[in-house]
Amino acid sequence: MIITVNGARREVADRARLADVLDRPTGDIPRGIAVAVDGNVVPRSRLGKVELAEGARVEIVTAVQGG
Amino acid sequence: MVEALRQVQGAEHRVQGVDEQDDLVIAGRHFQSRLIMGTGGAPSLEVMEAALLASGTELTTVAMRRVDPSAPGSVLDILDRHGISVLPNTAGCYTSADAVLTAQLAREALETNWVKLEVIADEITLLPDPIELLDAAERLVAEGFVVLPYTGDDPVVARKLQDAGCAAVMPLGAPIGSGLGIRNPHNIELIVEAASVPVILDAGIGTASEAALAMELGCDAVLLASAVTRAEHPVRMAEAMRLAVQSGRFAFRSGRIPVRRYAKPSSAQAGRIE
Repeated sequence: MIITVNGARREVADRARLADVLDRPTGDIPRGIAVAVDGNVVPRSRLGKVELAEGARVEIVTAVQGG
Repeated sequence: MVEALRQVQGAEHRVQGVDEQDDLVIAGRHFQSRLIMGTGGAPSLEVMEAALLASGTELTTVAMRRVDPSAPGSVLDILDRHGISVLPNTAGCYTSADAVLTAQLAREALETNWVKLEVIADEITLLPDPIELLDAAERLVAEGFVVLPYTGDDPVVARKLQDAGCAAVMPLGAPIGSGLGIRNPHNIELIVEAASVPVILDAGIGTASEAALAMELGCDAVLLASAVTRAEHPVRMAEAMRLAVQSGRFAFRSGRIPVRRYAKPSSAQAGRIE
């Protein structure tokens, strides 16, 4: 199926897990990174559990220099 | 603090008032430095780190941007190493919805409910959009965020942000990165007079005298980035800003002399030779 990751189209397996898209099989990500799916922030504790649907929009952000 | 200093041998000459504790307090958190730094615009992480240290800042902004999850979080490493608290911003957001989502992402990523709320109207001026800003502020306050909104120098908007429950108001001196200084000092004074939360002069500062002026006008703190990070010598300018903010604050608390139309001699008039 096709999803969008940080604005780019990406083909993944049907019912792919968010953790696989993040390339973090256990779902743990370093401090400083957060993920939203379809405009909703995914709490850290749920990163390993979320399954993605066709057309899902995934945003992965971190803190950078700014402001 | 003053008593403690008096007990130190040789410190008796210190002037009361200078040594008094004078913390900046935002939402119950105390800061000894009244200079909040941004990290944007530095030519390298090394320069940014040295400038942050020279500025004496205890609170520093970062932006939230799309990333490859395998990339290291080097800005955070530097802030952590020096015990500088992180203040995520919502820079680049044009709508309330985008700003709210960015703040939520920052809270999840950085484990802080503090946010420098920016909702920009256009790319040319980078001026805040007051309507989207107020809407985002209300939503974030309702979600338990400590909201520090970057706003224009309109006293009415500042008051409405305060009434919405913001923990501070952060009026601009001039557009972001312009270095135009404080274009409407009178409005900043009006905002200060009406505020019951800290007023932080945010944006527009170009050089040290302007940071000092902000503090002399009664602002509680100054937030700046470009003035330091884009200066020819960022580290030296960071030191200049640290001193300017401190000087301006001391002057503000010292009761300046009234402005007079004509001279008033500072030497005694009695006993002059005739």
